[in-house]
Amino acid sequence: MRVLRAVEMNRCIGCLSCMITCAAVNQQDHSILKSAIRIKTSGGLTGKFIGIVCQGCKDDVPCAEVCPSGALVRRQAGGVLLDKDKCVGCERCVTACTVDAIHFDTDIKKPIVCKHCGVCARFCPHGCLQLIEEVQ
Amino acid sequence: MFYEKTTKVLYIDLSTSKIEIKQRTDLSEFLGGVGLASKLLEETMRPELPPLASEQPMILAIGAISGIYPLITKTVAMFISPLTGELGESYAGGRLALALSMAGFDAVVIHGKAPRPSYIAIDGGNVTIKDARPIWGMDSDVVGQFLRDSGEASGKRSILRIGPAGEKMVKFASVCVDTYRHFGRLGLGALMGSKLLKAIIVTGDKTTKIKDFKDYFKTYQSIFKAVTDTDLMSKYHDLGTTINVKVINALGALPTKNLTVNRFEGADQISGEAFGEKNLVRKIACTGCPVGCIHIGQFRRKFDEGYDYESVSVAYDYELIYSLGTLLGISKTDDVLQLIEAVEKTGMDAISTGVALAWATESLMQGIVTETETLLPLTFGDTENYYKAILNLASRINPFYQTLGEGTRFAGAAYGGEEFALQVAGNEIPGYHTGYANLTGLTVGARHSHLCNAGYAVDQSIKTFDEKKAVASLFDEELERCLLNSLVICLFARKLYNRETVLKALQAAGYPLTDDHLTTIAKRIYSTKLQLKEKLGFDPRKVELPKRFFKTPSMHGPLDSSVVERMINHYAEKCSQLLAEKI
Repeated sequence: MRVLRAVEMNRCIGCLSCMITCAAVNQQDHSILKSAIRIKTSGGLTGKFIGIVCQGCKDDVPCAEVCPSGALVRRQAGGVLLDKDKCVGCERCVTACTVDAIHFDTDIKKPIVCKHCGVCARFCPHGCLQLIEEVQ
Repeated sequence: MFYEKTTKVLYIDLSTSKIEIKQRTDLSEFLGGVGLASKLLEETMRPELPPLASEQPMILAIGAISGIYPLITKTVAMFISPLTGELGESYAGGRLALALSMAGFDAVVIHGKAPRPSYIAIDGGNVTIKDARPIWGMDSDVVGQFLRDSGEASGKRSILRIGPAGEKMVKFASVCVDTYRHFGRLGLGALMGSKLLKAIIVTGDKTTKIKDFKDYFKTYQSIFKAVTDTDLMSKYHDLGTTINVKVINALGALPTKNLTVNRFEGADQISGEAFGEKNLVRKIACTGCPVGCIHIGQFRRKFDEGYDYESVSVAYDYELIYSLGTLLGISKTDDVLQLIEAVEKTGMDAISTGVALAWATESLMQGIVTETETLLPLTFGDTENYYKAILNLASRINPFYQTLGEGTRFAGAAYGGEEFALQVAGNEIPGYHTGYANLTGLTVGARHSHLCNAGYAVDQSIKTFDEKKAVASLFDEELERCLLNSLVICLFARKLYNRETVLKALQAAGYPLTDDHLTTIAKRIYSTKLQLKEKLGFDPRKVELPKRFFKTPSMHGPLDSSVVERMINHYAEKCSQLLAEKI
């Protein structure tokens, strides 16, 4: 199993193709707000782009730890998968994530969690985002 | 907007602070973008009043499928141009199209004049007019920084703003969009200034479920692949538009030193390659475009002894290297970037500024004006004085710069030297002296830009010149661009968005149109624009072209004004035929 990493953000051109395709493929939505990853600017466009992506925590997984209903299931390579049926929409995972990589979908009242599918990396024109095989 | 038949238009009256949102059901036959904006301009403009009368509208519009496909990234602005007095049409990239889409508006119509300096904050349906008194007078880059820090929406927000030149209503003042992009041409910045409107912030959180995911994503992927896996767009990504500096110079079509000559001896020093090697530090993209054609150049400037340096980053392109480089005889990349920085800060169109200063330089050389007027010994190649002159122009420091701020045509008429005032119908010319198709194209083009009908490309592609064929080619290109601009695609992708691709993209977003529909829409839009121009008193046959165009040889040798006249007449006939058609 592989995990998503923002490895070369210095090369990012800010096209947001990653967010557009993540939202489309994973949430069937045209809005970048539905993307599990976020590209932000630091200090406007003259600054660098920052990729806010799930860090694929492995041993200590803050979001899963605070989940009261067991809806966040640990992935073997790191990170979590969301079991929507179990989720109660309490948003604790959103605040627990140190890097702010979990977003809350206000339409369906569930978190948007990266599942490390790599569609964003596939549409990244500069290889800033990559799916990487984690060595066990 | 995608899947919808109604058009959502936001109306803002700055005089009364009245804000109205209308769901229009009668505009779908214009598709969006330039079609929609033309129709809204027709409804709201007041041809009998001056361009900067408070009643005049400024309109922003996006297209039916903005933001959901690669390179459908632009927003169109339409207004009455304070520079030419007729149709104003300008395009900007950046994040604006996506921001408007997420705010849920197909178009925004702003009219009236604010009682005090103001800015507009659009956050979805929540629209407020805010106090801009503390930021009035600020440079364009600084005001962007302030507004950016005033709210939380990093990454999806778009900020439009004017600089001091817009406030002073320099007739070719620009509007900066998201730091590196602009509504540059034809003076939208002056219009905003006249309304005491310093800035517009756009954001929103609209979401839209994809109706047919398979169809949509298949289309998205095929377009994305064509952009990234073929060499269709590599020209724009690699060196960018600046690849043309060497090409156009070699052809003998590069306006140099106010078009006294058609080649620049310093072209190699300010070529795209030179910028790429010396100054290029990064490339960025408009939202939704994987190409990344925005080339950012950096230079450092010493401001004091003791190794005190500041670094400056600005975006550069071919047209800027022409207007603030070759046209002014400047042959250092750092110097060109420095002048770009000056037009960025003050908020003026780079092409118009360069042309105005080139005219001023030649006027000074010929004794038409003196240093008492120009305040500076303007000489081709003298960057330092041009930098100061740009600041003088933006602040309209004395009667001379006041006049020059009305545009190069106006200055030529006021002082003399009209024959070398490089403008067509009041708009300062872009960097191509290619031949008949270019001159005719600039004259008949709806906004007198090389982007209306690409006359410069017609001149470059022809082997044996045929007037009729050239005119037909200009007309067909202008017509097709009405369609592409109704979607508001980036015109760099014009070859990618052929009819087949456009139809597929529309189909997957809920618009089952046919090729015939598209042809009708294009004709409807062009007719509307031609009617607008007529109402504003424009007749291409009455345009007087400066003699300089016929004195300095083009890439095809010296040009004969009677040929251009015939071509313009022929084009006008084609327009009359279109207007007579029942669409």
